Amino acid sequence: MTSQTLARPPVIDVRDLRTHLVTRWGTVKAVDGVSFAVREGETLGLVGESGSGKSMTCLSIVRLTPRSVSGVLEGTVLLDGDDLLTKSEKEMQRIRGRKVAMILQDPMSSLNPVFSIGMQMREPVAAYHGLRGAALWRRAAELLASVRIPSPEARLRAFPHQLSGGMRQRVVGAMAIAAPPRLLIADEPTTSLDLTIQAQYLGLLKELQARHHFAMIFVTHNLGIVAKMCERVAVMYAGRIVEMGAVREIFVSPRHPYTQALLESVPRLGAKLDRLTTVEGQPPDLARLPAGCAFAARCPKVMDRCAEAPPELAVAPGHSSRCWLQAPA
Amino acid sequence: MRVDPLLGATVLPEAEPRAWARLYDRGLPVIPLGIIGVFVLMAILAPLISPADPEEQSLRSRFRPPVWDGRGSWRHPLGTDRLGRDMLSRIFYGSRVSLAAGVITVLLASAVGAAVGLVAGYYGGRVDAVLMRLTDATMSFPVILLALILAVTVGPSFTNVVVAIAVILWARYARVIRGQVLTLMELDFIAQARIAGAGAWRVISRHLVPNTLNTLVVLVTLQIGYVIIVEASLSFLGAGIPPPTPAWGSMIAEGREFVTSAWWVSLFPGLAILLVVLAFNLLGDWLRDTLDPKLRQL
Repeated sequence: MTSQTLARPPVIDVRDLRTHLVTRWGTVKAVDGVSFAVREGETLGLVGESGSGKSMTCLSIVRLTPRSVSGVLEGTVLLDGDDLLTKSEKEMQRIRGRKVAMILQDPMSSLNPVFSIGMQMREPVAAYHGLRGAALWRRAAELLASVRIPSPEARLRAFPHQLSGGMRQRVVGAMAIAAPPRLLIADEPTTSLDLTIQAQYLGLLKELQARHHFAMIFVTHNLGIVAKMCERVAVMYAGRIVEMGAVREIFVSPRHPYTQALLESVPRLGAKLDRLTTVEGQPPDLARLPAGCAFAARCPKVMDRCAEAPPELAVAPGHSSRCWLQAPA
Repeated sequence: MRVDPLLGATVLPEAEPRAWARLYDRGLPVIPLGIIGVFVLMAILAPLISPADPEEQSLRSRFRPPVWDGRGSWRHPLGTDRLGRDMLSRIFYGSRVSLAAGVITVLLASAVGAAVGLVAGYYGGRVDAVLMRLTDATMSFPVILLALILAVTVGPSFTNVVVAIAVILWARYARVIRGQVLTLMELDFIAQARIAGAGAWRVISRHLVPNTLNTLVVLVTLQIGYVIIVEASLSFLGAGIPPPTPAWGSMIAEGREFVTSAWWVSLFPGLAILLVVLAFNLLGDWLRDTLDPKLRQL
């Protein structure tokens, strides 16, 4: 966040967030010093391999990290200038669902199977709008209509198992915007939808964002979706953001070797390839991270300096990379 | 049928029968329900339909055989015991004890057990560890022993029987419900509810309880039969319902010295226990198969 000369203050400003979980295999540094900010109406893509800390970063923002394990959650998470990490659980419950909404990956289990859609929607609608009875029902139907669910009144009476995956995910979307949030976190919301439905759903999210101006954090491992959805991208590796910048910038001139490897592993139409390029090696064990750069063991451009952890280095305005290659020699 | 302009022809499925609606599709289990119904009526109407006072002794007419035996009479359709008390009336009144013990104990145990299981599964971590070790400890304690201790120390009574069984029985519920809650907690709708600002109480009451209700209903039904047997065993041992209140277990015990000469004293209460327990087990099996075929291990 070096420049981006926009007057609007960020909706969400995460600074040096650390989420460490104590497990029987040791302390897992799931999120280790992550900083980013997202403005109103802006979308930040969070990409990286499985286990790179994307989802854990999101859960840490709303303070819903797994409760069965103890650990540390530190840093600052400013939502409209208000630090969420200092809030009590009671205060957090008011913030969740009102100011921050989240859409999770699995539409098959994201709705309670024993209640009808209407029964589940009335909760957030009633809580925010203070509506009751017929008015509540009408507002719920409007919300369903706004996520392009046909014959919304009929769907209110339907049970989750009667709807398709795409439809359920849109219901979840409708519930997320029941109280127009300041921040919407979408954690791989389209992973389990098929391609045409995926495109529709992404279009819908963009449309909702244009209408409600919320900041959005979009977690995915699909770089194609990032190009379509986001203004900026943060690439995560082993609990850290290794490169962050405007989407164009990252796609055209990636600086971090990991980002380069990720982009090379995307299959392209027309490219003659006998086999797909992959990122060699395995992601590191988060409980036993090396002292230096976590990517060093897999990096094609590794050098002596990598034994020391690289700081976040500015590449261009608004573009930074955590790699010694960017350091003046 | 509606056509979605975006998705092509998506048809809203006809209201599919949900689990509870499926109860009727499968055909109600007439025989178990009938047996249970008859015994419930017996318990409720005992004072009206009993031919005699179940506690009234008549030493002159002791050990009368049932009516179909040459020496029997319609005055005592199922004969009399060694104190000349009417067997049929005692069986009617005995069904009160058995059914009440079964139902009250199971309701008590399931309420406590489900609460423990929900809390353990929801909070996890240390809360879970403590509650589950407590559950393990409870399950390793024999019910009969606890009831005997209670009977010896505070004297046998209906309350003590209920307490002794419930104090042990809740652990089964706690364990099963906790297991279910752990599976449910992994599902996104729980996470989604918490993200929408739901607190512990809301998640438990709105999302966990409704989704564990099927299991609870099945387990409760299956356990009623079990509790009736335990209560009968305790009464048989003299640690249950104290005489002269008629209880099937103590009736069997009273007849056991005379089985060769007056077989009916022990046989009829035994048959009553058999029928009721069998009916509850069949009903429980049927509920399990209908509500959730995945619950085979219960």
